[in-house]
Amino acid sequence: MNTTNIILIPLLPLLSFILLGLGGKRLFGDKAGWIASLAMLISFVLACGVAMNYFGDHSADAYVGKVVFSFPWLPFGNGLKINMGALVDPITSLMLFVVTFISLMVHIFSLAYMKGEERFHIYYAFLGLFTFSMLGLVISSNLFQIYIFWELVGVSSFLLIGFYYQKNAALAAAKKAFIVTRFADLGFLIGILVLSAEANTLDFQQLMINLSSPEYTSAAGEFMGISVLSWGLALVFIGAAGKSAMFPLHIWLPDAMEGPTPVSALIHAATMVVAGVFLVARLYPLYSIAEVGVQSLISSIGAFTAIFAALIACTQTDIKRVLAYSTVSQIGFMMFSLGIMSEDHLGYTASMFHLFTHAIFKALLFLAAGVIIHYVHSNEMQDMGGLAKKMPVTHIVFLLACLAIAGIPPFAGFFSKEEILLNAWNNNRPIFFIALLTSGLTAFYMFRLYFSIFWNKPHHEQGHGKKEGSWFELIPLMILGVGTVLAGFVPFGEYVSADGKPHHAPIDLQFSLGPVGIALLGILLAAWMYFKASSKPEKTAAGFGVFYKAAKHKFYIDEIWLGFTKGVLFNLIGRPAAWFDRNVIDTLVKGAGSATQSAAEGIKGMQSGKVQQYGLYFLFGIIIIVSVFLFTQGGR
Amino acid sequence: MNVEPGLFHFLVIGAVLFFIGIYGFLTRRNLITMLMSVELILNSVNINFIAFNKYLWPGTLDGSFFTVFIIAIAAAEAAVAIAIIINLFRSHQSINVEVAEEMKY
Repeated sequence: MNTTNIILIPLLPLLSFILLGLGGKRLFGDKAGWIASLAMLISFVLACGVAMNYFGDHSADAYVGKVVFSFPWLPFGNGLKINMGALVDPITSLMLFVVTFISLMVHIFSLAYMKGEERFHIYYAFLGLFTFSMLGLVISSNLFQIYIFWELVGVSSFLLIGFYYQKNAALAAAKKAFIVTRFADLGFLIGILVLSAEANTLDFQQLMINLSSPEYTSAAGEFMGISVLSWGLALVFIGAAGKSAMFPLHIWLPDAMEGPTPVSALIHAATMVVAGVFLVARLYPLYSIAEVGVQSLISSIGAFTAIFAALIACTQTDIKRVLAYSTVSQIGFMMFSLGIMSEDHLGYTASMFHLFTHAIFKALLFLAAGVIIHYVHSNEMQDMGGLAKKMPVTHIVFLLACLAIAGIPPFAGFFSKEEILLNAWNNNRPIFFIALLTSGLTAFYMFRLYFSIFWNKPHHEQGHGKKEGSWFELIPLMILGVGTVLAGFVPFGEYVSADGKPHHAPIDLQFSLGPVGIALLGILLAAWMYFKASSKPEKTAAGFGVFYKAAKHKFYIDEIWLGFTKGVLFNLIGRPAAWFDRNVIDTLVKGAGSATQSAAEGIKGMQSGKVQQYGLYFLFGIIIIVSVFLFTQGGR
Repeated sequence: MNVEPGLFHFLVIGAVLFFIGIYGFLTRRNLITMLMSVELILNSVNINFIAFNKYLWPGTLDGSFFTVFIIAIAAAEAAVAIAIIINLFRSHQSINVEVAEEMKY
C-alpha cells in the first residue's frame, strides 16, 4: 500500500483550492477550471490505484482495515492523544473511488456549465475544498479526525450552496443547511465524547476492540435503563441523520438546490449526504453490538424517511426538488438497511452497494437536469415537455438513470435495491412492505419526471436550433450513463462486507418479481398519467384532496420547525439569554470599565507635572522604605 | 582643643550637605539652582564614599574609583540638564520650573 498516494488523494484538491483561492483569476484566468480538473484527475487515478491495490491483495482470507499512517497531532498527556491518520478498509477504498469519480465528472461538467461565471475560479476553489474535506472524512482513522472533516464538509457545502450570494434564496438555503446540520452535529460531538470516554481512545479500530471486549461489556454503565454505549451511538446517529437528511432534519436538503446544479450533483446527491451513512457504516461493528433500540431507531427513521420523502417527491413540480426528495428517500433506504441487523450482515453490504450505485445514477440525474435547465431556462416541469427529440443524449441517459433508480433489471439500482429488500424481507417484514411501497412510488415519481420532461406535450420553442449542450457536458453524462448500466454487475459482496470476508448474495429471481413488478406498475401509472398532456394528474390530485395538499407543502415540516424555532427556541431560550446578556453580562463588563475610569479620575491629580512634588514623593518613599528596612533588619 | 577628625565628622558633613541639597531641590523654583542642589547631593555621596574608604577599608581604592565615576557622570548630567534648561528657556522664555507643569499627563 503506497502511503504517499493515500496522502496525495485528498491533498491534491486542497492544493487546487489554495492555488485557485489565492490567485486564481490573476494566475490562471479562464484556465482555473482546467487546473482543478487536472488535480482531480490525478486524484481519481490515485484513488483507483489504491482501491485496486487494496482489493487485489488476497494475502489474507478477509479484507481488514489497515492504518496506513498515523502521527500524533495533539498529545494531551494522560494517555489522551489525537492522531491524524489514514485507515484503509473496504468502505474507504470504495468511497475514495466514488468521491473522486463523481467529483471528477462534476469538474469536467462544470467547465462548460459554469463558463462565463463571474467567480468561475472561486467556484473551482470551493469544489476543491469540498472534495478535500470529503476525502479526508473517508480516510479518517479516528473519531476526532472524522469530526474535523465532517465540519469542513459542512462549511464547504455552505460556501457552495450560497455560491450565488446575490440571491436571497441561496443565502437563506446556505444558512439553513449550515444551521440544521450544525444543530445535529451537537449530538455527534456529545456522542464522540461519550464513546471516547467509555473506550479511552478515539481510534476506530481500538474503539471497536475496547467496547466489545468482555471486560467492558460486563462492567458497562447504564443511564436511564439504556447502556452508555447505546446512548453514545444514538447521539452519533443524530449527527449522521443531520448530515444525511433523515426525518425530521431533512429540511435543509431540498432548499440546498439553490446552489449551482453540478454542486447539487456533487454534494446533495452523491457525496455529502452519504457522509452520515458512511459514519454509521464506519461504526457498524459497534451498532451491531448495541441494544436493539438503537438499531430499530436507525431502521425506523430510515424507512419512515424513505416513504415520507417519496410521497413529497410525487407532488413537487421543480425538477431539482423532485430529485432532492428522491435523494432523501434513497438515503433512507441505505440507512434502514444499516439498521436491520442479521447474522450474515447482508444489510451492511446492501447499503454500501446502494450507496455506490446511487452515487452514479443520482449524479447523472442531476447533471442531466442541469443540461435541461440550461436548455429551457426554467426549473419547472410545466415549462418542459417534448424534449426527447431535441436532446437525444440527455434523453437516453436520463431514461437509463430513471430505470436504475426505479430498480428495473439489469440497471445498477436493481441489484443494490434487491439486496436491501431481501435483507428487510428476511429480518423485518413491516419495513420490507414500507420499502416495497416506496419502490413503487420511486418508479412513479421518477417516470412522472421523465415523461413530463421528455414527452407530455410538444416543445413550444419549435425550430429554435439550439444545441443540447457542449461536449464537456455530454461526455460526463455518457460516462455516468455507462456506469449506470454496468455498476450493478460489480460483484460487490465479494469485496465489501461487515467482516471483510467475501459475501455471496445470490439474486433470487422469484423474490425479485415483487419489487420489479411494483416498479413496473409505478412506471405504467406514470406513463398513463403523464405520457400525453391530460387532466388526469389534476383529477388524481383532487381525489387525494387534503392529503395531496399536505404532501405538496412537504407535510408542513418546515412550518413546524419554524414555529418550534420561533415559539420555543426564541421565546424560551433566545430571549432570556438576550436579557441575561444585556442586563447581567453587560452590567458586569461596563461596570468594570467605569470603575476603572472613576478610580483613574481620583488619582489623576497626583500627576501634577510639578517636578518638585515628584521629588518629594520620591523622598518620602525612600524614607519609608529605608525605615521599614532599618526596623526589620536593624536587629542583626 | 585639637580633635582629630574621624569617620563621624565626615558623615555629619555628608549628611548636612545631602539635606541642604534636598532642601534646595524641593524649594527653589529656578532650574539652575535645582541643578546645583543635585550636584550638592552627589557630592555628599562622594564624601561618604571617600570617608568609608579611608576609615573602614584603608588598603583599597574602590571608594575613590566610585567617586571618580560619579564626578564624571555628574559632569555629563550637568551637560544634559543644561541643554534641557536652554530648550525650555527658548520655548518658554523662562527657566522657572513651574512653566514646565503643562507637560503633565
